[in-house]
Amino acid sequence: MMSSFLFRAMDARAGIFMAILGAAIVLVPAGNLLVPETSPFHVPTYAVTLMGKYLTYALLALAVDLVWGYCGILSLGHAAFFALGGYAMGMYLMRQIGTRGVYGDPILPDFMVFLNWQELPWYWYGFDMFWFAALMVVLVPGLLAFIFGWFAFRSRVTGVYLSIITQALTYALLLAFFRNDMGFGGNNGLTDFKDLLGFDIQADTTRAGLFAASGLALVVCFLICRALTRSKLGKVLVAVRDAESRTRFLGYRVEHYKLFVWTLSAMMAGIAGALYVPQVGIINPGEFAPANSIEVVIWVAIGGRGTLVGAVIGAVLVNFAKTWFTAALPEIWLFALGGLFVFVTLFLPKGIVGTFSQGWTALRQRKISAAYEAGSDEPPTAPPHSPGAPANVTIPKPSAPVSGAAEPQPAE
Amino acid sequence: MARSTSLLYLDGVSVSFDGFKALNELSLTIAPGEMRAIIGPNGAGKTTMMDVITGKTQPDSGEIYFNGAVDLTGEDEASIAELGIGRKFQKPTVFESHTIWDNLELALKAPRGPFSTLFHVITGAEKKRIEVLLDLIRLGGKRNELAANLSHGQKQWLEIGMLLAQDPKLLLVDEPAAGMTDAETAETAELLKDIAKDHSVVVVEHDMVFVRSLGVKVTVLHEGSVLAEGSLDHVSADERVVEVYLGR
Repeated sequence: MMSSFLFRAMDARAGIFMAILGAAIVLVPAGNLLVPETSPFHVPTYAVTLMGKYLTYALLALAVDLVWGYCGILSLGHAAFFALGGYAMGMYLMRQIGTRGVYGDPILPDFMVFLNWQELPWYWYGFDMFWFAALMVVLVPGLLAFIFGWFAFRSRVTGVYLSIITQALTYALLLAFFRNDMGFGGNNGLTDFKDLLGFDIQADTTRAGLFAASGLALVVCFLICRALTRSKLGKVLVAVRDAESRTRFLGYRVEHYKLFVWTLSAMMAGIAGALYVPQVGIINPGEFAPANSIEVVIWVAIGGRGTLVGAVIGAVLVNFAKTWFTAALPEIWLFALGGLFVFVTLFLPKGIVGTFSQGWTALRQRKISAAYEAGSDEPPTAPPHSPGAPANVTIPKPSAPVSGAAEPQPAE
Repeated sequence: MARSTSLLYLDGVSVSFDGFKALNELSLTIAPGEMRAIIGPNGAGKTTMMDVITGKTQPDSGEIYFNGAVDLTGEDEASIAELGIGRKFQKPTVFESHTIWDNLELALKAPRGPFSTLFHVITGAEKKRIEVLLDLIRLGGKRNELAANLSHGQKQWLEIGMLLAQDPKLLLVDEPAAGMTDAETAETAELLKDIAKDHSVVVVEHDMVFVRSLGVKVTVLHEGSVLAEGSLDHVSADERVVEVYLGR
C-alpha cells in the first residue's frame, strides 16, 4: 500500500541520517587518533572539539524542535536548561580538581577559597561522584521544567505569552548566577577543569571520547524523539499544535501532554549542556543569555521545524557558518545571521529539510502521474503522508462522487 | 421532566460577560435518545449554551446535570468529553496536518493519557471502526489525504465522523450545514437522522429548511432564555417567535 511504502521511505531517511552520524562518530576520532599528522586525512584536535561542540548544539536544537516543531510551544529559554546541565557537569569537574587548584584546597574550589568561604555549601555535596552529577544533569533541568510547565500549562499560558515568560526564566537565572553569593563562581563561572572520570580533559583521547559521546547522545535522543513523534502521542502533540481546543474537546488533557514533552525536552537540553562544558572547558552565566535561546530557535527554523533531522542540520550548518564568519569577517556575523533568518522565513518557510522533502514529494507526484498517463495502474492522487510533509502542497484532486461540489470556503 | 430521568438537565443557568447576559435563567431538558433542534436569532446564546455544557465557560449560577446525576459545573473540557459529550464546532475544526484516517484515530474512544497513547498500538477492532466511520462520512477514498485538502463540506463531515468516533452519549452539533450547498445540506440532515437513531443529538442551526428536514422538537432561544418549544410548525405560529425573527 502507498502509505506503508511512504512509511518505509521515511525510515530510510532516518536510516541515512543515522548512518551519517554513525560514520562521523567512528571516523572523526579515528582520523584524529589513528591517522598520522602528516596525512591529509588527519583530523586536528581543535576540529574534533569544534565538531563535538556542534553536536551538543544539535542535541539542544533537537530538544527545541520536539517542543516547538511538534507541540507548538515556542521556547525562548531552552538555553537555561542547557546551562543548568552544564553547571551540574561543571560542578563535578570542579570537585575533580582537588589539590591541583591555585589555592590547593582539597575540598573547596578556588573561587570559594577566594571568597573566604570556610566550607562547601550543601548543594555542592555529592558532586564529587560522577553518577550523582550525571543524575543531576537530567534531574535539575527536568525538575525546573516540570515546575515551570506545571504552572504555565495548567493556567493555559500559550503562544507569545509563554515565549516571553521562558525568556524571563532564563534572564532571571542569568542574573542569579552572576551573583557570587549563589556559590557557582559568579561572573567567571566554573573553569580550569583538569580531568573527567580520571582522564585528562586536554588529552586527544578524551577529546575524541567526548566527541563520540556527544554523537551517541544525539543518536539516542534522536531515536527517542522519533519513536515519540511517530507514536499516537506524537499525533496528539501535532493536534495540540494545530487545534488545541479541539484536542481538549476530544477528551485529551492538553496540559499533561505539554508537560510531558516539555520536561523531556528540558532533560535532553541538560544532557547537551553537560557534554558541551568539558569540550569548551568553561561554563559561566553568559550561557543563560536570552540571545542564546533565540539563536537555537533560528537554527531549528533554518533546518526545518518539526522534522527532527532539520534541527540537527540547521544547528550544525549555522554554527559552522558562525565559526567561519567570526574568523573571516567578524563584524558582519550578526548581520549575516539575521539576514539568513529573514531569507529562510521569506523563501523557505519550511526550512531546508521541509523545502527539500516538499520538492521531493512534488517530483514523485509528477513521476507517478507521468507513469499513469503511460498506462500504470497507480492513479496520480497519492498525497503527502508524513507529518513533516508540507500542508500547503496543492494536489490535483478528482472530484469526489458525492460531496465534492463544494469549494473550500473562508471560515466564519 | 424530572432530573433523574433526563440525559441533559439545565436549570436556571446564567452567564454574563462584562454585564451582558449571554444566558439568562436558561432551563432546558433533553431526554435520553432525543434529537432536538435549537434555533434563535444571532446573539440568542446558542453557542454560549454549548460552551457552558462542554465546560469551556463556567456558569455564574444555575445547575447542569448529565445523565441525571453527574454535575457538570466545575468540570473541564477533557473530563466532560470523557463523560460522553461530544461537540462539533460552528467553524469546522479538524487537524489539518493529519490525514483523515489519523483524525479519526485520534478521536476514537481509547485511554487519553500521555503514557497510554505513547505505547498505543492500533488494534484490528479500532481499524474496523474507522473503516465503518469512513464509509458513513463518505471519505473512504481520501483516507490518506491531509484534512487540509478537504472541501468545507467534507471537513464538516469529517468532524461529525470524529464526533461519532468518540462514541458519545450526547452530541452537540453547532451549525452543521453552515457553508454547505443545498445537496450537501440535505445529505447532512439524513446523516444526522441516522446518527440520532442510537445517540442523543442537540443541533443548533440557522437554516430553517434544514431544521424542517430534521422533523424534530424545536427550542427557540432568545436573549439567553427559552422563548418557545414544540414542533417547528407550532413555534413558527407563535407570535413572539415571528416578532423575534422578523424584528419588531
